[in-house]
Amino acid sequence: MKFRLYRFQPESNQPPCMQDVELDIDPAGKMLLDALLELKAKDDTLAFRRSCREGVCGSDAVNVNGRNVLACITPLADLKQPVEIRPLPGLPVIRDFVVDMEPFFRQYKSIKPWLINDDPEPERERLQSPEERAEIEGAYECILCGCCTTACPSFWWHPDRFVGPAGLLQAWRFIADSRDQATEERLDYLEDTYRLYRCRGIMNCVEACPKGLNPTESIGRIKTLLVRRKV
Amino acid sequence: MDKRSFDAIIVGGGGAGLMAALQLADSGFKVAVVSKVFPTRSHTVSAQGGITAALGNVSEDSWHWHMFDTVKGSDYLGDQDAIEFMCREAASLVYELEHMGLPFSRLENGKIYQRAFGGQSKNFGGEQAIRTCACADRTGHALLHTLYQRNLAARTQFFDEYFALDLVRDGEGYCVGLTTLNIENGEPLLMEARATLLATGGAGRVFSNTSNAMINTGDGLGMVLRADLPLEDMEFWQFHPTGIAGVGSLITEGARGEGGYLLNDRGERFMERYAPHALDLASRDVVSRAIATEIYEGRGCGEHKDHVLLKLDHLGEKIIAERLPGIRELSIRFAGVDPAQSPIPVAPTAHYMMGGIPTNLHGQVVVPARYGPEEPVPGLYAVGECACVSVHGANRLGGNSLLDLVVFGRAAGRHMVGYLRENPYPRKPGDENIQRSMRRLNRWEEARGGETVAGITRELRQLMQKYCGVYRSRKVLAEGLDRLNGLFGRMEAISLGDTSRVFNTARIEALELENLMLVARATLVSALAREESRGAHTREDFPARDDDHWLKHTLYSLEGDLLDYKPVRLKPLSVEAFKPKERSY
Repeated sequence: MKFRLYRFQPESNQPPCMQDVELDIDPAGKMLLDALLELKAKDDTLAFRRSCREGVCGSDAVNVNGRNVLACITPLADLKQPVEIRPLPGLPVIRDFVVDMEPFFRQYKSIKPWLINDDPEPERERLQSPEERAEIEGAYECILCGCCTTACPSFWWHPDRFVGPAGLLQAWRFIADSRDQATEERLDYLEDTYRLYRCRGIMNCVEACPKGLNPTESIGRIKTLLVRRKV
Repeated sequence: MDKRSFDAIIVGGGGAGLMAALQLADSGFKVAVVSKVFPTRSHTVSAQGGITAALGNVSEDSWHWHMFDTVKGSDYLGDQDAIEFMCREAASLVYELEHMGLPFSRLENGKIYQRAFGGQSKNFGGEQAIRTCACADRTGHALLHTLYQRNLAARTQFFDEYFALDLVRDGEGYCVGLTTLNIENGEPLLMEARATLLATGGAGRVFSNTSNAMINTGDGLGMVLRADLPLEDMEFWQFHPTGIAGVGSLITEGARGEGGYLLNDRGERFMERYAPHALDLASRDVVSRAIATEIYEGRGCGEHKDHVLLKLDHLGEKIIAERLPGIRELSIRFAGVDPAQSPIPVAPTAHYMMGGIPTNLHGQVVVPARYGPEEPVPGLYAVGECACVSVHGANRLGGNSLLDLVVFGRAAGRHMVGYLRENPYPRKPGDENIQRSMRRLNRWEEARGGETVAGITRELRQLMQKYCGVYRSRKVLAEGLDRLNGLFGRMEAISLGDTSRVFNTARIEALELENLMLVARATLVSALAREESRGAHTREDFPARDDDHWLKHTLYSLEGDLLDYKPVRLKPLSVEAFKPKERSY
């Protein structure tokens, strides 16, 4: 198979370049990560992150033929050749496919991604009906891979001010949780031209999410709550 | 070398490490979590089925029944004081996690959802218990993210993408921190603390067919062996019965807990022959041996007759979508099979290391010393899969791993708080330790020969799979050890193509291989010596359990491949001991 790899090694003092390589690999039943591992076995200078290799840890997000994907759950056989692999867009590149995720995590942390409930803890669990629990489905499953946020033009322009789809999805996860008591505080924080309202509903995030989640819909629900509390 | 100082350092950002870190941060101590990956990439994230605690939300239950099941599941090698402690604490931990925000699935009455899991019984071996608390089939993901979020709230300091190299001790043997490597810029960093906790997880990557993440390379185990401390019970590795055939990724035991069952090529529910009472929910070692036997005797499925089938479609679309969405996704992606339509091809996959760094139930690392076999190494703690308390003995029950992480994570964190108060002043690190560690690191800048990390790693993993799998014998293990010695020789001739500094993953993989090699060595030497079959350690040449000679823990030390043994703690904290008896399901 033919691959075009984005290569950048800061110590080399060379600008980034695209490297064409061929790999003798049968794509049947294999994922893109299998190919990357074989490429690395041949040339150990190729740098990328990986961990669970089954699509649950969110380490190996890369841009492949123009789309953000997790390498470990992207079937090789589905990819058009040459397979062009680049780091996620919109974040500083450290080396090859390794990007600096700090701007992404800073936005995640900005929404206070933890349950806030100041009531004294009961002896046993807090009760939550299956219907209430269903409200956070589609939000708590996020693996923080960054595919959605780095596919969002609004985040490319305002990485320091727009929370981005992943962060907003997590904001919704806590707003929607019947056990959380900080909805007003969370909405106050998000009611801002940039933090929330830079979302223009382009829906790149929905297309990019490897877990099939829908950040745009959750962002819409936050906006609805904000409208509702005004009237 | 640059240096940072803390009150306490946690090595590893999985469930165990984050639980311990939280205790320290909440108590006002300056605590750092060092992790070679961003914490939510840790392998805890892959845990699926749940966390076992006798809440009794579905049916009557008691921690004492859970304790019996765990002792029996361990094939009586588990320490009964630690098991009692874990099972007693279990419910309070699950409630604490719920209060922290963990999004457990719920029952109609709003309580935490519980499901059936293997080896869990009511009334000391009676009917199936429903005891495992779940967040769909993503319990590990939910638990890890919740603990990470709580640590953000508590202002724990994170050193993400720092690789732990070696423990640093002082002249009196106190652990005073560790050497690390900043992966992003390639610079070493000395991290000092009065207390250090290892929570570095398992080492399943030592096998070629494994459910484990690529980061599970036994880094903490290598650090301990290099510090001249022993590892306990390293011969006991759990092979999970239902890995996706040919891939290794896990299909949770919860799939069988929800009503799934196994079939051979004749469409026979073969577990009826191996465990007439518990059937598909027998203990994991029992089910894995049954599958291996079916395959060995020619009743496997598929072109190569190398797997069996896990049938779930009779559960119906709705149950599968609601309770097993994650494994459905995995199955469609990696086996090309939708379990709501047709059965999943499965085979045993290396899953969990029961052995590890010997600790007591406070998480203190304990080693044989002047006054007995279990003296604490001051300032050094270990919890989670890298540790051996031992609550899992010779075979772990499903749902007890997440429990182990949080119970002993909390216990160790609390004990460290006390230790820090009693030991308020830092000690001076031993220079020799640091220099030796730097020599080991710098070795990877030298070109020595034509071997590669990828090549040796592949051979090591195939070797362990072939010579140290489900069924073992003296002949096979001895040959494995012989070949491993050959690989140790060839390690000397590895050269790296990449000697740069910034995000040099080739060097990280070389350091990981060094750790995996030591794990393999400890495993083979310990397995060769244990001439009996117990739990997950099955010797064809010694098919019976031998309590007279082998009801004891193995201690392996690197220097001279020395083996030592210590007694099993058969006396619980407050209840009567469960006497070893024949184990059947």
